[in-house]
Amino acid sequence: MKTIRRTSLLFCTVLWIGGCTQVKSYEREILADPIMSFSRDPLSDQYLTHVYEVREGARGATTNSGGGCGCN
Amino acid sequence: MIGTRFHLHDSGWGGVVLLLALFLILPCTGKAAVLPEDRADMFYHYYDGGGVSVTGPALLVNKSVSDNVSISGRYYVDAISSASIDVVTTASPYKDKREEFGVGIDYLHGNSLMGVTLSSSKENDYLADTFGLSVSHDLFGGLTTLNLGYSQGHDIVQRVDTSFEAEITRYNFRFGVTQALTRSLLLGVNFEGIAEDGYLSNPYRSVRILGASSPERYPGTRDSQAIAVRIVKGFSSESRPVMSSLRTEYRYFQDNWGIHSHTLAFALQRYFGDRVVGEARYRYYQQSAASFYSDNFATEMTYMARDKELSTFSSHSLGAKISWNFLNQKYLFFNRMSLNLSNDHIYFDYQDFTDVRNGQAYAFGANVWQLFLSAWY
Repeated sequence: MKTIRRTSLLFCTVLWIGGCTQVKSYEREILADPIMSFSRDPLSDQYLTHVYEVREGARGATTNSGGGCGCN
Repeated sequence: MIGTRFHLHDSGWGGVVLLLALFLILPCTGKAAVLPEDRADMFYHYYDGGGVSVTGPALLVNKSVSDNVSISGRYYVDAISSASIDVVTTASPYKDKREEFGVGIDYLHGNSLMGVTLSSSKENDYLADTFGLSVSHDLFGGLTTLNLGYSQGHDIVQRVDTSFEAEITRYNFRFGVTQALTRSLLLGVNFEGIAEDGYLSNPYRSVRILGASSPERYPGTRDSQAIAVRIVKGFSSESRPVMSSLRTEYRYFQDNWGIHSHTLAFALQRYFGDRVVGEARYRYYQQSAASFYSDNFATEMTYMARDKELSTFSSHSLGAKISWNFLNQKYLFFNRMSLNLSNDHIYFDYQDFTDVRNGQAYAFGANVWQLFLSAWY
């Protein structure tokens, strides 16, 4: 429950920042560049996430989602 | 039939429907969201480490069929040859093959993008079906994006050459926000909760009780939460508005099995001329053991695990990727094509999992190779 409260506070903070941010339309060229993406190659990143998740106890909150497998 | 094997988690489904309706009725606030880009990836992967090798192809295709609708298809294969420490100390090396098919559809409505996905994977002793629903919504002229996701999975666990069969049901809830802080700085925060119930252990794996082998026993439920913060900072030069970028990521994970973990990752990407992008990345992972984990139990317990993935360990991963955009202009029906090669070396270091062959704490290194062709059209 404490984690959910802290997470909610973090999200609200980010949304509040969003209301204050101003980036002009001609300045968005940088944000649209592929190397500014959180996941430039989704299939490659999904595969690497799968490699880690079948060998670690942690899972979730990645830039992609997957299904189950008997990979343990 | 897939539909007959699913049963919905009422409160989670209700929350998804409510937020979906909220996104549909929100007024447009400026710049609209966009469909996923039309893109195809042909992929070959190779993993080798710890006595296990996994290779195979993968294919992902995204195509818009109208101004508002995009469809996707995915095919993935793992050809497994396993002589891992669990296998060689309790059984015999084996070979297996896993195939996964997935389809999806995305619908664009004003500033909202809604997606539905279905995937199904099959091995000779494991079947998994997953249904997913996602919604993203742009705010403040597209500088803020809210993401909501729900997925439900149903797995069937079997054991080769026996009539054993058990089930797992899994619910995933995801929420995220991406925010442009400045013209060259992006912030992303993601939360995911996962609830599982059913047969969560491995029918082949055993534990040690005073050195003697005994079947492992896991709890019938597992609830976990993970939160991740990601930042991408772009750096300009005289010749390009973006010459390089640095991506930093931190994730905290916890579950009701007692596991706590931290993940810290960095990735530096840079253009070399107009056609080549290089990437160097590092990832550190550290976790504590599950409360019912032990390398060698002193007495029999209600729940017992000796899976090294549930032990106390850390890992370091160092990787690099190079992308060559060999086609940067329209040719036939392609707008752009790139060839990509990636390698990651991962070192796993276990603190309380013993290699019974030599009595030492277990550690191993693994190499991960990816070769893929990407095409935009």
